[in-house]
Amino acid sequence: MTFTTVAAPRSYARTPRRGPVTRLLEDERWLAIVLLLPTVVLLGLFIAYPFIKGIMLSVTDTKVGVPGHFVGLQNFVNVWHDGIFRVAVWNTCIYTAIATIFKLALGLWLAVLLNNNFKGKAFTRAFILLPFIIPTVLSTLAWKWMFDPTFSVINWGLYRLGIIDHRINWLGDPDLALISVIIVNVWRGVPFFAISLLAGLQTISPELHEAAAIDGARAWQRFRHVTWPLLLPVTLVVMLFSVIQTFADFQLVYVLTGGGPANATQLFSTYAYQIGIGTGLLSQGATISLAVFPVLLVVVIVQLFYIRKAETH
Amino acid sequence: MVRINRRRLLQLSGAGAATAAAGGLAGILASSRAPAYGQTTNLHWVRWSDYVPASDQLLRNKIVPDGEKALGIKIQFETINANDIQARVTSSIQSGSGPDIIMAVNNWPQLYATSLADVSDVAEEIGNAQGGYYDMCKTVGIYGGKWIGVPWAIGGGLVVYRKSWLAEAGYEKFPVTWDQWHDAGRKLKAAGHPIGQTLGHTFGDASGFWYPYLWSWGGKEVEADGKTVALNSKETIESVKFAVPFWNDCCDPGGLAWDDSSNNRAFLSGTISATNNGASIYLEAKKKPDMYLTDKGTAMKDDISHAPLGTGAGGHFALPGPFIDMVMGYSKNQKAAKDFLRWVHSKPVFEEWFTSQQGYTDGATKYWEKDPVWDKDPVMLPFRDLPNSARLMGYAGPPNQKAAEVQTKYIIVDMYAKAVQGMPAEDAVKWATGELTKVYA
Repeated sequence: MTFTTVAAPRSYARTPRRGPVTRLLEDERWLAIVLLLPTVVLLGLFIAYPFIKGIMLSVTDTKVGVPGHFVGLQNFVNVWHDGIFRVAVWNTCIYTAIATIFKLALGLWLAVLLNNNFKGKAFTRAFILLPFIIPTVLSTLAWKWMFDPTFSVINWGLYRLGIIDHRINWLGDPDLALISVIIVNVWRGVPFFAISLLAGLQTISPELHEAAAIDGARAWQRFRHVTWPLLLPVTLVVMLFSVIQTFADFQLVYVLTGGGPANATQLFSTYAYQIGIGTGLLSQGATISLAVFPVLLVVVIVQLFYIRKAETH
Repeated sequence: MVRINRRRLLQLSGAGAATAAAGGLAGILASSRAPAYGQTTNLHWVRWSDYVPASDQLLRNKIVPDGEKALGIKIQFETINANDIQARVTSSIQSGSGPDIIMAVNNWPQLYATSLADVSDVAEEIGNAQGGYYDMCKTVGIYGGKWIGVPWAIGGGLVVYRKSWLAEAGYEKFPVTWDQWHDAGRKLKAAGHPIGQTLGHTFGDASGFWYPYLWSWGGKEVEADGKTVALNSKETIESVKFAVPFWNDCCDPGGLAWDDSSNNRAFLSGTISATNNGASIYLEAKKKPDMYLTDKGTAMKDDISHAPLGTGAGGHFALPGPFIDMVMGYSKNQKAAKDFLRWVHSKPVFEEWFTSQQGYTDGATKYWEKDPVWDKDPVMLPFRDLPNSARLMGYAGPPNQKAAEVQTKYIIVDMYAKAVQGMPAEDAVKWATGELTKVYA
């Protein structure tokens, strides 16, 4: 028979005395507060403070260097009667809606293609992220050259192919200008959709597809009844992010057209910048920026509702 | 060791001399800062990136170091894109910190008037010593009877054109009246050399053409009271009616989307025959005669000349932009900033910079009209007289914040753009008048 010596546990009295901070953090409520604190501080500094500051500015008549007085909702009334603002609202809605639809369609198509096995898959996946990685201003400058009425490589290509016999005024024609900025936005946004949806596709078990195929489902039916329902929650989240980003887009339009010609591509953000910075009317600039908020809020609430519904389903 | 509490430390650090008196050597050591007489003042000067890069190099490599030696100060010299200056001014004023001196363009000093230091003593001294400032510098640089900036120079545009192509169209000299412009432009465009002019949302060239165009017909934004909107007039409507066939018959349609550099590229690549611009196109062609060639293989610089904008019933005008050095109100170094401006604006120092511009800018005072720089190149000579035909945005009212808002919203430019895109002239003027009325309300 073997006896093992079991070391006696050290008495409580001999353990080192814990400090008050350690004891406090043993309480989960305090620990949660401490862990959340950095996030709360960051959100407060970079999200809440600018937002509240924007609201405070919008109800005053503040100009650069001139503290304002409270004017209630006068700025919102002025903005409502501003013809250029109404054009900007319309343009922003059209810009966001069309760009998001195309980004979703092309992103989904690309994701499905990339979900297959083929040679050079990893390289291709990395390559399509390029538009998303390149700084927006740089890539937009390249697009500006491509749309340049005089030096456009697109026009040159179309002309050489015999498709056109005169130059297309991409950024000079009001309708084409809006289409052009949408094209650039779609080009930049498709990789985000594609990669996010690809991640979603890879969570879908291949067994489900195999089972559907055994039951006689064709490719489209498998996509319609298996892939799409399972991908919907991810799709809605991606769309939510995209709508918010596209609605508040600034760099792309500012570099390509500056909101012209004749406000044909004027968006919320470019107009807010013109008024707030160019004219020094900070309160009116803040008002225009804040006008995005209720529209976005409705969009976000509706989308979150659908996301929850899709997840529950 | 003398013990210094926080409040005491703040007091002491405010002035080294006081520190020495109150706390002796121990106080100085405790403040970790040298007494005032031992410190070097740091000045931060922000300017635009010049269209004549040699001038920025001269400032960076010669004038600023000379100033540091002459005044015993340290100068941080920074150049940024002109389009970014307003964002920089706004953030600096709102945060109460930033550059000590910022160069403003156009009527910007009027937008920030209450946040700028009074520099009347320096401006008056420089102005008196150099033959007096042009009226436009006074209009933009004075607010409430005080100078809010020291005028540095005046930049503006003239029509730069290809002499040989104009000659082929039957014009040995550039057309004077708008009817002549139309006739010449039609022939030039038919020959594949249209006039190039922006009608887009861009900082300088769009306003630089369309405001003087409006004035030349006798149109104006507001009356002299600066309140009564006067845009909807027979003259304005006539100007819009003329602009549509002029645009269609004479101009490059791509101009609707051009920015300030597009016409430079188009001209230098031989796509357009004429455009309203600063002298940067000619200076670039002059700098690289082997690169920019005519279709006959000769240097393009020899085929370039400059002319004023067209003349209408109201006369002929230009919209030059005064460059003004603003000493920021929040600056802790206002005295040093003023000393530096007094030095850098003085005749011998400024002359170095002015010569490097080769006529790209005019001086802010009339003295510089007699500078030898104008004798060096006859092609640049027309720029000498630019300030004499100058008007500022907001005419016939002052170039104040309202005028800036109209310009920032591109209301005048868009009035013509809308007409060119098919809106009837009366409707385009009515739209612009409505927008102006809201701004001036």
